[in-house]
Amino acid sequence: MSAIGLSPVDWLIIAIYFGFVIGIGFYLKKFTKNENDFFLAGRKNSSWVAGLAFLSANLGALEILGMTGNTFKYGMFVAHFYWIGAIPAMLFLGIYMMPFYYSSKIKSVPGYLKLRFDERTRVLNGIAFAIMTLLVSGINLYAMALVLHTFFGWPWHVSMWASALTVAVYVTLSGLMSAIFTEIIQFFLIWFGLFLVSVLGLIELGGIHQVLSRIPESFNTLWSTSGNAADNGMMITWGGIVLGLGFVLSFGYWTTDFLVVQRAFSAKDLRSARMTPLIASFFKMAIPFIVILAGLIALVLANEPNSGFHLLTDNGHINYDSALPLLIARYYPEGLVGLGVTALLAGFMAGQAGNISAFNTVWTYDIYKSIINKNASETHLLWMGRAATIVGIIVSLGTAYWAMSFPSIMDYMQAIFSWVNAPLFATMLLGMFIVWITPAGAFWGLIAGMGSSFVMYLAVKFNWISTSLITMSSPSSDMAANFWRAWWAWLICFVVTIVISLFTKKKPKEELVGLVKGLTAENVNKDIPFVKRPEFVALISLAVLIILNIYFW
Amino acid sequence: MKPIWFFVGLILLIMGIIIVLTGVYSLFNPAGDKKVLSDIHPDIWWGGIMVVVGLIYVLKNKNVKID
Repeated sequence: MSAIGLSPVDWLIIAIYFGFVIGIGFYLKKFTKNENDFFLAGRKNSSWVAGLAFLSANLGALEILGMTGNTFKYGMFVAHFYWIGAIPAMLFLGIYMMPFYYSSKIKSVPGYLKLRFDERTRVLNGIAFAIMTLLVSGINLYAMALVLHTFFGWPWHVSMWASALTVAVYVTLSGLMSAIFTEIIQFFLIWFGLFLVSVLGLIELGGIHQVLSRIPESFNTLWSTSGNAADNGMMITWGGIVLGLGFVLSFGYWTTDFLVVQRAFSAKDLRSARMTPLIASFFKMAIPFIVILAGLIALVLANEPNSGFHLLTDNGHINYDSALPLLIARYYPEGLVGLGVTALLAGFMAGQAGNISAFNTVWTYDIYKSIINKNASETHLLWMGRAATIVGIIVSLGTAYWAMSFPSIMDYMQAIFSWVNAPLFATMLLGMFIVWITPAGAFWGLIAGMGSSFVMYLAVKFNWISTSLITMSSPSSDMAANFWRAWWAWLICFVVTIVISLFTKKKPKEELVGLVKGLTAENVNKDIPFVKRPEFVALISLAVLIILNIYFW
Repeated sequence: MKPIWFFVGLILLIMGIIIVLTGVYSLFNPAGDKKVLSDIHPDIWWGGIMVVVGLIYVLKNKNVKID
């Protein structure tokens, strides 16, 4: 693997970015006066700030390198992650779930579980989330090191430690506030730094229709080849996409993962909080025009013998995640290369900062204050948040080395989500919409869902059972197995929670006011015209989603 | 404090200026190893777009302060 050289101008642009984000950390420190500022960015953000941060927190390593690489590997089916695999869940969060989250004034998602159920469910989810977050943070570090290694030839260890320290500095200084600031800067840098790859690729290849016509049908459609797993690059049927990705994994991630939901908690009022995921949904739908398009362009170029384009290989294995960096190297002249690399770095660092800022909140409130030091003062919690940031960075460094052993970043990511988020979505759904679900039902349902997902993962990995037993189709890919495993974990959690709730003690209804639908006053502001209400914005978003799916059917 | 949009504008403006200037320099001093599509000079027009967008954000927010 040979390194791609950078000019002094490219280095200057990268240095400006590093200086800028560290400078923002120091600038914001004087405005970070209490725990509310550190953990919730003062709860005063507009829906636009919270919305872009909501999206950008998810726009880390997996969104950029992983998805472009997966498009090369699986084809256009990867766009499902952005459309059916995100938008319905984001709209559901904004319209139906946010009123319960925001109005209960909780600081974290596990905090809701304590109010709705009990302390043990909160701690269980808090610990699972903390572990998951540090694992995901490790992926970000791994991906960042891949870029630095690919472009500069830096040693893996130096790359990971250097970038982790930068994130540690600015998150430790001003917590969620600096994380949100840098996430929004990252959002703009990604568009300006990477969208040009797609633009230039289309110019070279002669437009989108030329790109689509030069790849096989199994790679250039969204739904028309989903009837039979053997007909598409991802080797999955529409059932797996809809149930596993579109329903369980997507809703599990976008509606319960504190990393993204925390950004909505930072909004200044309920309407802004509800608008947060709705605004983000439009930008989410646009991201495929960077990553999916770039993946398809890379695929076309790699299939053209005279293009001179081919992905890097590591020990004989294709490195799919090298697709985007190699396109940058192909098209970008001096200066723009620096911008492209900065956009990637920004994506990784903001993604990691998002994970760390979510981790420090859950650790501080849902584990430390809940179990270890129940009487901790506000000042002490602020100190603990900063300490947790540093420890979290160090632990995620360790997980980065584990991530390196997986062939594709996204497969690893989905494996983790199906362990933790998929069953949690069943717990949340039942807890928010059914009054008689009990604390015991929620706790044991969550244990059963998480445990079954983990056992299924091990059973497939060590060939105790065939993958087709889980996916109900043969052949199938790792990705298909992840989707279906998520569905089964959700279903097991859902059923166990209901069954146990039928036989265990319910919480008094007066303790559930504001937490469960039916016991909570509908908070609809009738003074706002319909066109300015979140419901109207959600309808437009849904219409755009349908049009995109039909167009690329 | 200054709104985030000011910082967004500032970084786009600074980076845009550097990219445009580099593009203009390479117009008169072409590099040895040419990139694909280098003849359409993406650095000049893309950098120019960044400068315009950055300038709009900076000017619109230079006197704005939020709580």
